[in-house]
Amino acid sequence: MGDHQQRVILAKLGLDGHDRGIKVVARILRDAGMEVIYLGLRQTTASIVAAAEEEDADAIGLSMHNAGHLTLGPKMAEAIKAAGLDVPLIIGGIVPDEDVEELMNAGITAVLGPGASAEEVVATVQNAISAPDKA
Amino acid sequence: MTLSSDAATALFQSAVKGERRSLGKLLTAIERGGEQAEIIAGLAHQVSGNTHVVGITGAPGSGKSTLTGRLLKLFSEAGDKLAVLAVDPSSPLTGGAILGDRIRMDDLAGEESFIRSMATRGHSGGLALAVPSAIQLFDAVGYEPVIIETVGVGQVEVDVAGAADTTVVVVTPGMGDAVQANKAGLLEVADIFVVNKSDRPGASDARRDLELMLDLGHVSGLEEITGYRPPIIMANSLEGTGADEVLDAIKSHAEYLRNSGKIEIRQKERLVMEIQNRIELLIGSTARVMLESEVGASCIAKVLEREISPAEAAKSIVGSIIANE
Repeated sequence: MGDHQQRVILAKLGLDGHDRGIKVVARILRDAGMEVIYLGLRQTTASIVAAAEEEDADAIGLSMHNAGHLTLGPKMAEAIKAAGLDVPLIIGGIVPDEDVEELMNAGITAVLGPGASAEEVVATVQNAISAPDKA
Repeated sequence: MTLSSDAATALFQSAVKGERRSLGKLLTAIERGGEQAEIIAGLAHQVSGNTHVVGITGAPGSGKSTLTGRLLKLFSEAGDKLAVLAVDPSSPLTGGAILGDRIRMDDLAGEESFIRSMATRGHSGGLALAVPSAIQLFDAVGYEPVIIETVGVGQVEVDVAGAADTTVVVVTPGMGDAVQANKAGLLEVADIFVVNKSDRPGASDARRDLELMLDLGHVSGLEEITGYRPPIIMANSLEGTGADEVLDAIKSHAEYLRNSGKIEIRQKERLVMEIQNRIELLIGSTARVMLESEVGASCIAKVLEREISPAEAAKSIVGSIIANE
């Protein structure tokens, strides 16, 4: 990757107002030297895809705390694929362990659950960016 | 990750056809700088010079992004296909950044508009090249107007204002008294003033201080030199009031620039400034190479021995750069 500056989009999809976690993650990634494009609340799959195109993002991070991850997670992955984008999708938030496999099978690159440390967050995002075709 | 010259040309052609992702990738290459950025900026330059560039600046938290979001909506509704370049600071410690301007714009943007966030990346010289190149690129692929939004602190921002045809300076109530308003700097480069958050106490005081500041320009003769008195617009961007007046003011300033012939002068000044910035960066990087060469080492040794001064060393190194060219 060399001197390539990593750019990550962070967003909350749909009706989910719990944005404490995503703000913490934004700060963790910023302090790891990444550029975080913060979209905030009430985004749609279309608005996130458009932002990823315009910002030439290296990864998309979704924060989910409304138990909608099994519905919205795969929808986001589909929208990214449908747009022909090759950008890893990482989901963070309240995701029960037993749901992780289903999400991974649906094209989500990585899942970060509660209790993930700052180091894990950074390493997961970096791995997702450097190992594309995982999805 | 770097693009070949052919790949850059192909991306450029695809961006001209309206492929947004290609434009996104070209902007990344421009931000990265170097030879790729030069090739892309060169392609863009050939077909640019048509768009109107609006700079929006002001203190952090003054409501620049929210106002920009309002303008995005109004321009889009009027059928304009506009681009926004939102500049936010990078951390000087880690190089990271949180680019949060889109949250105030996204739901107001038309489908035709294009928003790009840019971090300052700690080097003002790089930004001074990346911003004009990005503007030229937006211009070349048909965006009109282009809005640059930047935090109004420091020299960089006055430079960025130099990249704009129309500079909108956003102030808020409580920004300081009449003496502050008369200090040289950002307020001087304004073509349009916006007193934002006009529902707050002190809004009319802020307006009065700005009017007084402009009156003094009339007395001192500055207004005669510039031939233009910036309008002051009261706005509340959260509610959207005043944004239509800002839009009208931008349009009348653009018309003023065209009718007075000043647009050509501004565009020329802008290109001259870009050439100068590029010269300084070129010489700067050559100078760093020279400092590490034998000539540099011997100069440094002489300075350490107190034989010559740092100024003499610098002159001697610049002399040998010129001799080598």
